[in-house]
Amino acid sequence: MDLGTFSPVLLIASLMVAATPILLASIGELVAERAGVLNLGVEGMMITGAVCGFILAVEIGNPWVGFLGAALGGALLSLLFALLTQILLSNQVATGLALTLFGLGLSALLGQGYIGVRAPSLPRVDLGPLSDLPYVGRIVFGQDLMVYISLALVAAVWAVLKYTRAGLILRAVGENHAAAHALGYNVVAVRTAAIAFGGACAGLGGGYLSLVRVPQWTEGMTAGAGWIALAIVVFASWRPWRLLLGAYLFGGITGLQLNIQAGGLSLLNILPAILISVGIVTLLVQLFRHLRGGPVARRTMITGQLLVAAGIVLAGLNRLFPDMRIDQAFWLSASPYLVTILVLVVMSAGRAPGSLGKTFHAST
Amino acid sequence: MLKLEKRQRPSEVWSYATPVIAVLLTMVFGGLLFMALGKDPFVAIRTIFWDPLFSEFAFFYRPQLLVKGAPLVLIAIGLSYGFRAGIWNIGAEGQYIVGAIFAAAAGLALYPMEARWLIFPLMVLAGAFGGFLWAMIPGILKVRFGTNEILVSLMLVYVAEQLLASMALGALKNPEGFGFPGSRNLAQWSSSQNLEIVAGSGMHWGVVVAFLAVIGTYVTMSRHVLGFQIRLTGQSPRAAAFSGVNPARLVLVSLGVSGALAGLAGMFEVTGPAGQISIDFNAGYGFTAIIVAFLGRLHPIGIMLAGGLMALTYIGGEIAQSQLQMPAAAIQLFQGMLLFFLLAVDVVTHYRVRWRRPASARVAAE
Amino acid sequence: MKLKHLLASATLGLATMAVAQDDPLTVGFVYVGPVGDGGWTYEHNQGRLAVEEHFGDAVETVFVESVPEGPDAVRVMQQMALNGADLIFTTSFGYMDQTIEVASQFPDVMFEHATGYKRTDNVGTYSARFYEGRAVQGHIAGQMTESNIIGYIGSFPIPEVIRGINAAYIHAQEVNPDVEFKIVWVYTWFDPAKEAEAARTLIDQGADVILQHTDSTAPQAAAAEAGNVYTFGQASDMAEFAPMPRISSIIDNWAPYYIDRVQAVIDGTWESDDTWDGIGPGMVGIGEMTDAIPEEIRASATALKDSIAAGEYHPFTGPLNKQDGSVWLEEGETADDGTLLGMNFYVEGITGDIPQ
Repeated sequence: MDLGTFSPVLLIASLMVAATPILLASIGELVAERAGVLNLGVEGMMITGAVCGFILAVEIGNPWVGFLGAALGGALLSLLFALLTQILLSNQVATGLALTLFGLGLSALLGQGYIGVRAPSLPRVDLGPLSDLPYVGRIVFGQDLMVYISLALVAAVWAVLKYTRAGLILRAVGENHAAAHALGYNVVAVRTAAIAFGGACAGLGGGYLSLVRVPQWTEGMTAGAGWIALAIVVFASWRPWRLLLGAYLFGGITGLQLNIQAGGLSLLNILPAILISVGIVTLLVQLFRHLRGGPVARRTMITGQLLVAAGIVLAGLNRLFPDMRIDQAFWLSASPYLVTILVLVVMSAGRAPGSLGKTFHAST
Repeated sequence: MLKLEKRQRPSEVWSYATPVIAVLLTMVFGGLLFMALGKDPFVAIRTIFWDPLFSEFAFFYRPQLLVKGAPLVLIAIGLSYGFRAGIWNIGAEGQYIVGAIFAAAAGLALYPMEARWLIFPLMVLAGAFGGFLWAMIPGILKVRFGTNEILVSLMLVYVAEQLLASMALGALKNPEGFGFPGSRNLAQWSSSQNLEIVAGSGMHWGVVVAFLAVIGTYVTMSRHVLGFQIRLTGQSPRAAAFSGVNPARLVLVSLGVSGALAGLAGMFEVTGPAGQISIDFNAGYGFTAIIVAFLGRLHPIGIMLAGGLMALTYIGGEIAQSQLQMPAAAIQLFQGMLLFFLLAVDVVTHYRVRWRRPASARVAAE
Repeated sequence: MKLKHLLASATLGLATMAVAQDDPLTVGFVYVGPVGDGGWTYEHNQGRLAVEEHFGDAVETVFVESVPEGPDAVRVMQQMALNGADLIFTTSFGYMDQTIEVASQFPDVMFEHATGYKRTDNVGTYSARFYEGRAVQGHIAGQMTESNIIGYIGSFPIPEVIRGINAAYIHAQEVNPDVEFKIVWVYTWFDPAKEAEAARTLIDQGADVILQHTDSTAPQAAAAEAGNVYTFGQASDMAEFAPMPRISSIIDNWAPYYIDRVQAVIDGTWESDDTWDGIGPGMVGIGEMTDAIPEEIRASATALKDSIAAGEYHPFTGPLNKQDGSVWLEEGETADDGTLLGMNFYVEGITGDIPQ
């Protein structure tokens, strides 16, 4: 297979940058959802974070102050959501949508004087010789600090949820708020904290967009990133490490699409390779488990075999019908969402936090 | 300490009073916002709320309210079936898009035949079917695999958006359009156009169907057994199951109705006001309709009024933009405020605010 | 149907009459993006401001920004007409059918639709020959590239964009036979995040000159970050990125045209027609070439620009072949406007397919 100028290393390095905003936003939303709150206002919080961060960074002249402002801006807006849904018991779906509308308008107004302004830039971490290592150097040691912070955040959320008492309480509130309340936990307080954390993370994600990835302020610049973050949380079935995988997968799709285009390749040329390699990896993981004496998942084995077979068939078809065309823009762009639905179907139904999206009211 | 106490049944008085209070609150805070932007708050509020209805050019704006409000009401009415039963279809935007695509494809397959009696009804059916089909995906997955319909329907919005782009750039692209994305203009083809039924009234077929849906839903909800089952399931799923309601059937029916109505809305929009399948054909009606459904308290008449109010802020907002040079963002913010206030004050409809000493906690089942 | 239409236009027509005596002249502008986009809409708004400046109290302007291309556009135009606008500029291709529709309801109001191809008695069209600027860009880019790879960010595969790609390629290839174009389509006119990503992808794949046919400055910022990459401003000068990476630009200068048309309305000489002006009349401007470009390239680029402006040279002059090798223009033959307006093919040497 001829990949031309297509470079997997650079693709991975750039997809990490592309995925960081949605990774940050989705890790925050994951915490909120694990506490039982479905906040559909991620887009609104992200864009508010983007504009607050940008304004502060420009005015103070320091990107880190900007990130702080982005987190604060997102968190403040999310407290509005908390006030409505937790104190005034409004419906979470409707309130979240209203939050997005509000955030888009607010950010556009705040940012009016900052269009076309350049922000102070965030340097890439330069670890000298390490960054120059072949292949891994650029990916592991050549990113900017926010990329590492986002990774650390995922690890921290995972550890807190899994090993700490606070994580246990949060999960209890999300699984069954009535029972958690009966045990004496303050459901409203826990949820408000989770919502604020979600807002801060979404704000950071927006700040990363306006300060690093683009980097400038324009109205509506999040362009749907907040909605993708919501999808990733579901894709990950509310688990932090899968969330990381999901974010890089979703973030990588756009990059992959552009790379395929620029390299003059077609999706049909590389799809067999992708299918076969995913299939083989799946089979190898199972084999590894088997060698360690673990149980082998029959379904997964079959899926792996099917993937390999499909790849080979597709490669054959490519040879037979070199003029075959598909709408690759559609399939590439739609695939993350289709995969997310597939994940929802394949995993057992009960994985979503039990009280997700439900209003809690403790009467006396 | 202030405490909220759940009412036995929603307060009738408050359910009428709260929307008015919310609008008044929005006027006050919106006025402050406009003042901060250097505009005369009274003129701005009058422009948004009064001018579309009673100004010199109201004869023009009033029909526009129908055009803008009809798809919102049509979609929101459909959503109210599921929402009342606790089934959350938030993917109406996707069903709206797919309905429009199906309708356009069905019509364009017969282009340039001149047979309105055949093509227009066919497109109506295709539109409803497209929306229905798209809504059946989360429906069947929920019934068969127990997947969460909120998330699946939301994912399908993005898939539908990609499909729309693909159609506008590929399969449905106007072959005489010089390569520009977008389909043929369906509003200019006599077999498919959805124009005003009475000139200058704004009444196109979508408006008629929206009114019919309001009436039909009112009757269904208050008289038909389906309405009873939906209300019962919403209040207590367990009680409903005991009384013989089939939950799977209810999921499919309510998703099907909302999908079909959203698809219809897409069909009437693509053949009328929008005119063509284009990359940004969807203007967020499907999401705004969710808000309209809640503002209307999931009641058909309420939804109709809420749709009108939403349309009013859109039209009035545009007038404020062109007359007062108000930034578009200020209008968006103003709408967000209105929604927040409506959602916030609604609490008194369902809860009594009481001054109580803290007592031992007891939990109300939700 | 016809009768209803007539009735509708009659009522609306009466309304216009009622307000038509209003002085001063009112000119409306419908924008597709925010006036602060720094590109397309920004420049149209500069044109509007120039009209206000030029005519003072004799002309009043109104505008609505960020109007989606669809039913909302119809309403915005009708509203402007009702409120007494005498001349309305609709500044996006996607407003074409809407402009025609509203114009038929308001026969006394004059409309000018940018970049479209449908005209009626009271709808004129106007556009700029951006490809003339693209030729100059290609000429500079072909000599500036060291990797011989030029990245091109396309918005939509429509004739206007394809024309630009061809013009740039022909003139890059003329000065550098080894040059290669990598083209990515982002399917948007304005999405900073996506444009930045596209620019990064092209840079990762070896491009050291980026041309863009999208409106945000995001690709400029991406190039600045990468270093040693050259870019050109699009629609607007984007001078904040000069002298590097932005080494020149294509500027849409609508002001002279807008002033001219408003004057025509005042004089009562306005007629529906099609204007397609280039560098010569000043509708397309070439932004300052910075010191990053070597002296002699600047000189030859300026010479190329001047000969296009003077009408001595047409950027599409034969011999030119289409991508499949078939002959398009014979030696010395120049392309006619009809072919250019419907251009849906690459010229010989460009690799890849135009998405269908």
